[in-house]
Amino acid sequence: MAGSGKAHLGGDDALLRVEDLVVEFPTNTKGHKVHAVTGISLDVRPGETLGLVGESGCGKSTTGRAILQLPQPTGGMVRFDGTDITKLDGEELRQVRTDMQMIFQDPISSLNPRRSVLDIVMEPLKIWNIGTPEEQLQKAKDVLRTVGIDADLVGDRKPSQFSGGQCQRICVARALVLDPKLIICDEPVSALDVSVQAQVLNLLEDLKAKYGLALIFIAHDLAVVKNISDRIVVMYLGKMCEVAKSDDLYARPMHPYTNALLRAIPVPDPTVRPNSENRIAGEIPSPVSPPSGCRFRTRCPAVTEVCAQDEPQLRAMGDGHFVACHHPIAV
Amino acid sequence: MSLSSNGRETPLLEIQNVKTHFRTKRGVVRAVDGVSLTLERGRTLGVVGESGSGKSILVRSIMGLLPMRNIVREGSVRFDGTELLHLSRNDMRDYWGKEMAIIFQDPMTALNPVMKVGKQITEGLIRSLGMSKSDAFANAEKLMADVGIPEPTRRLNEYPHQLSGGMRQRVMIAVALAAGPRLLFADEPTTALDVTVQAQILDLLAAQQRDRNMSMILVTHDLGVVAGRSDDIAVMYAGRIVEKAPTRSLFANMKMPYTEALLRSIPRLDQPSHTRLQSISGLPPNLLVQSVGCRFAARCPYAVERCRVEEPALVESDVPGHFYACHYPVGSIEWQNAQDRLTTSSVVAGGH
Repeated sequence: MAGSGKAHLGGDDALLRVEDLVVEFPTNTKGHKVHAVTGISLDVRPGETLGLVGESGCGKSTTGRAILQLPQPTGGMVRFDGTDITKLDGEELRQVRTDMQMIFQDPISSLNPRRSVLDIVMEPLKIWNIGTPEEQLQKAKDVLRTVGIDADLVGDRKPSQFSGGQCQRICVARALVLDPKLIICDEPVSALDVSVQAQVLNLLEDLKAKYGLALIFIAHDLAVVKNISDRIVVMYLGKMCEVAKSDDLYARPMHPYTNALLRAIPVPDPTVRPNSENRIAGEIPSPVSPPSGCRFRTRCPAVTEVCAQDEPQLRAMGDGHFVACHHPIAV
Repeated sequence: MSLSSNGRETPLLEIQNVKTHFRTKRGVVRAVDGVSLTLERGRTLGVVGESGSGKSILVRSIMGLLPMRNIVREGSVRFDGTELLHLSRNDMRDYWGKEMAIIFQDPMTALNPVMKVGKQITEGLIRSLGMSKSDAFANAEKLMADVGIPEPTRRLNEYPHQLSGGMRQRVMIAVALAAGPRLLFADEPTTALDVTVQAQILDLLAAQQRDRNMSMILVTHDLGVVAGRSDDIAVMYAGRIVEKAPTRSLFANMKMPYTEALLRSIPRLDQPSHTRLQSISGLPPNLLVQSVGCRFAARCPYAVERCRVEEPALVESDVPGHFYACHYPVGSIEWQNAQDRLTTSSVVAGGH
């Protein structure tokens, strides 16, 4: 578990290709670093939804941000649409970023509370000076309508006058207004009620079909990620555990961590009693001094000596299924 | 243990027609508007609803935790036979901790950030149970071990910010359990946590409940969380209970279209990916406006004219103990007709 490797990367048709991404942060103690992301490789094809899943602290949000160069990764390559964007300087990077947008977890705090909804959605067009003011207004209204908000009725309202789900729709509209190729969604539905979560997930699916968008969908709930993604990368403590097509990952999880994540999801069926077998105990270790070898070994039910010594590499298990584990679950 | 006049054991908690209205500048907000519930000893009741359905206000109202000003509380809250609704805050202190306790959603804001964990746990022991400080600390250490905190002795001397989210929630549980309550309220206890930790915390609550023979009210917006962990479920919508049943009966035979919609909006692992989820369109009603008709009618796909003018009462179905408030419950002939109408119209509209 929790290993490295690039075996799962596809050909050159990828919209985004990330290799050996490393993100480290300094700590107050000299000589110590937070190893947030340690050697993540992934690719996203045009029109594909890639899910990134793992517990808090596994580095999934940091990976999403580092792809956008927010902050610049410590190491590794991020090639977007043929360009290695880690090599770009300020202005070039700004240009590229119009094609990559982000949606955050808390929709209310990511909208300026003092500005009207139309203003918020028009802002990117104003910054890039795209079209006349009338065209900008029209474009913003169109995009808001696509996400289900009637700008003629409520366009001059402030974010506080909308519910959480509606605010998330406004965030989606703002991300869409520049016609990006890739949207990184960082836990976009975690703060929402299940009923509203379903609305936003359906909306993202519709937009993806309509605009041919590629999405990176980051979340800790594997059921949500499975619903929306084509492929899923399971992360643990800054490393990759397993990469597979969504349905495969559920049908035959090979990594003990993936299995534990799947088993932890409550089943909305009272005839299925919660089963505390397969439960992983404890919590994710500190990324300041991650365990040697496989990073999951301290909580793994299948751990042996080799796990402490050698870091497992991602290896192909057939049909686009990859796992980084010395003792994968037999199919 | 008290017995009622007919010789049956009285339920631990019995609330009748509880209303909790807030007087605000914009008018009266009817957050809880006539809720009746019964909870037996040792049982778990799940209270499920969206944000704003009044579920959290209901538990705070039962416990008497709401501020006194500008709030109207009516109805009856009987705990082990004693009426609590009109008790003063001072009298309620005898119940908090010893008889009933609560765990909140966000352990970071519920714990005092500038007080060591040990002090927060022992506070209740010293105050409610009159323990000496050293006894209280010995007890706290045992409690910390009970709730699965490694190295309890060291952790007692730490502040909440030094603990992870899951550990903080365990501390919250230890604080709540400290004085041995007979009724535990858990208000979205796992919503802020990872799924893996959520499973651990729910396991822990179930084990503690069993060991202590506590009753529990588990409040959540996720039907999945309560499905395997409650004896009964009450579904709340806009301040009222719209369906109430033994858990198995509820899932086997949902009556209320709202409950059905809540269940269908949960993404399920056993469905293929990209399965379209059924969302509930629209928003919950404005609680400032006195409603006419069924409160869910505006969002209900099956609603007809009668639903908009006549509020359905909570009635018992043919399964004893299964109550619902709907004129045309799921499975009825009228519901079937509405279903057929919907299917036809969506085919005409291009199958959207």
